[in-house]
Amino acid sequence: MLTAMPCITGARGAGWMSRHEPRRKRGAGTGPGSRKRSLSKAPTGIAGLDEITHGGLPRNRATLVCGGPGSGKTLLGTQFLAHGALEHDEPGVFLSFEEPPDELAENSLSIGFDLKELSARGKLLLDYVRLDRSQIVESGEYDLDGLFIRLGHAIDTIGAKRVVLDTIEMLFSGLSDAFALRAELHRLFQWLKTKGVTTVVTGERTGASLTRHGLEEYLTDCVILLDQRVAEKQVTRRLRIIKYRGSGHGINEFPLVIDDQGIAVLPITSLRLEYAAPTEHVSSGIAALDEMLGKKGYFRGSSVLVSGTAGSGKSSVAAHFVDAACRRGERSLYFAFEESPNQITRNMRSVGIDLEPWVHQGLLHIHAQRPTAYGLEAHLVAMYRLIDQWQPHVVVTDPVTALMSVGSELEVKMMLARLIDFMKSRQITTLFTSLTDAGGAAERTDIGVSSLMDTWILLANLEANGERNRGIQIVKARGIAQSNQVREFALTDQGVALGGGGVR
Amino acid sequence: MKRRTGRPWRLRLYVAGQTPKSLTALANLKRLCESELAGRYQLEVIDLLEHPHLASQDEILAVPTLVRKLPPPIRKVIGDLSSKERVLVGLGLDTAE
Repeated sequence: MLTAMPCITGARGAGWMSRHEPRRKRGAGTGPGSRKRSLSKAPTGIAGLDEITHGGLPRNRATLVCGGPGSGKTLLGTQFLAHGALEHDEPGVFLSFEEPPDELAENSLSIGFDLKELSARGKLLLDYVRLDRSQIVESGEYDLDGLFIRLGHAIDTIGAKRVVLDTIEMLFSGLSDAFALRAELHRLFQWLKTKGVTTVVTGERTGASLTRHGLEEYLTDCVILLDQRVAEKQVTRRLRIIKYRGSGHGINEFPLVIDDQGIAVLPITSLRLEYAAPTEHVSSGIAALDEMLGKKGYFRGSSVLVSGTAGSGKSSVAAHFVDAACRRGERSLYFAFEESPNQITRNMRSVGIDLEPWVHQGLLHIHAQRPTAYGLEAHLVAMYRLIDQWQPHVVVTDPVTALMSVGSELEVKMMLARLIDFMKSRQITTLFTSLTDAGGAAERTDIGVSSLMDTWILLANLEANGERNRGIQIVKARGIAQSNQVREFALTDQGVALGGGGVR
Repeated sequence: MKRRTGRPWRLRLYVAGQTPKSLTALANLKRLCESELAGRYQLEVIDLLEHPHLASQDEILAVPTLVRKLPPPIRKVIGDLSSKERVLVGLGLDTAE
C-alpha cells in the first residue's frame, strides 16, 4: 500500500511552514534532487510546494502557473511575493491585468497577507494595468516598450527580486494585433531574465491547451498546472508540476488546499522512514496498562491506536494519556471530531479525569471540528498547522474513523501515513481512537490503519459466564514485550481500572 | 468645411526613445494637426525613457501612444499613426459637422 503513495525524496521533514521559521539556506546539495551544480531556487513559502519542487521556483526565471478560474493562480502569485518580501528580503512587483489593487489587497487580507502594509514599507509594488478597448484605437505599428518601461521602473523603484504578471494574456483582449503581441511577450520574458527577477506568470487554462494564447511555448523553465474539480458536491483542487527544467520534482497530482493562511499543497511533508527512534517511554496514564506494555508505557514518538465499539472507553484511555502528559508538564493537543471541548471535559470529569486545569494552564488545547466541515485535505492541513503552531508533545485524534466519512479508506490511510510521519519526525507521541462497529469483526475495520500504528490496543465487550464485561488487550506493540492477556476493563469514577488477571 | 472651433486641443505623444516608429508617428501627427487643428492645438512629446514614472501614471503600455488630454474624455491612439482615418476616429475628429 505504501508504494502507491507519491513518494517525495529530498525534501526537508521538519519545519514545513517556513513562514514561522527563520530563514533557511536551501539549494546547494540539500537533497538527491540536486545535481553537482544545482539550480538556484526561490522559496514560495507555500507549505508543501517547496517540498515538491525541492526548494521553490527557478530563480531569475519565469514560471508559468496556469489553471481555470478560481483555481488559485492569483493567490499563488500573491503568496510567492508576500513570502519573498516578509522572509527573504526580496521585494516584489505585482502587475495585475485583472484586479485593481484595492480588490487584490482585500482578497489577500482574507488569507492573512497585508499587501497594503507591505506596499507602505516599500516591500511590494502593486500596479494595475487597465485595458479598455473602447478607449483605444490602433493606427499602425506599435510595440510594448511602455509596458517594459513601466515594469522596469517598478522593479528598480523597490529593488524587486520577484515579479508576478497576472494575467498577462488579458493584453490579447485589449489589443488586436495578436501576432505583434506574441512577439512582444516573447521579448518580455527574455528581458525579465536579464533583470534578475524570479517571475510568476499566470495563464488562464482553456479546454485542452494550457493557456489561451500559448504562453507555454515561451515559458519553458517551469510550468505548474492548477486544477479545480467538483466531485460529490465537494470542490477539490489539485496541483501538478508539468515541467521543471534542470530540476527534479514531484510528478504526481497533489491536493491543494486554500484556507485562511493561504495555499498549502499536500503532502506538506515528505514520506520517509528516517526519523530517530527514541527509546524513552511515556506513561499511558493508566498504571495497569503501562504494566501490560512491558511495565513502561508507550514509546515516545510512537503511534498508538485504541479501537473499540461505541462507549467502550476509548476516549477515557485517551484522556488518561493526555492527563499524564500534562502532569509531566508536556503540551497536548486533542483533535475532537465528535464532541465539543466542553463535552469532553465534562464527560472525563465523570470518570475522575479533570482536564480543565490543563486547558487553563495552556498545556492542553482541544480542537473540535465536525468531520464534515471540510474535505479530508483541509482537515489535514488544519491539523498540520495547529501542530506546527502548538508544538505539542502528545497528540490525540478522537476518533480517527470520523474522517472516514469525508474520504475513502485509502485516502484516509494515506493521509494518516503522512500525519504520523510528520509527528514522528517531531517525536510527538500520538494516539488515535477508532470506532469499530458493534457486533462486527472489530479487528477487520481497523486493519486499514493498524499497519501504520506501533501499538494497537483493543477494547471489546466480552460475554462470558452470563456476564457482559469490557475487556482490554494489546494486539501489538512494536519493540515492547507486551502482555498477551485480555484483562477486564472498567470505567469508574476514579478513571479506568483494569481487572486483576485475565477475564477468562 | 470648418471644424469645431473654441477650446484648444491638448495632445500628448508618448514614445520610448528616437525609434523609427516614434519618428514616423511624430511626423504623421504633425501633418495631421496642421491640416485638422491648425492654430488650436498644443502638442507635447514625452519620452518614457526619460520619464519612466509617467508610463504607469498615464496608463501607457504600447508605444507610440497618442493621448487626447483635452477636450475630455481622454482618448488614446496607439501605433505609428500611419492610418490617418484611424487617427481621426481615435481623436474623435471623424464626425462631420
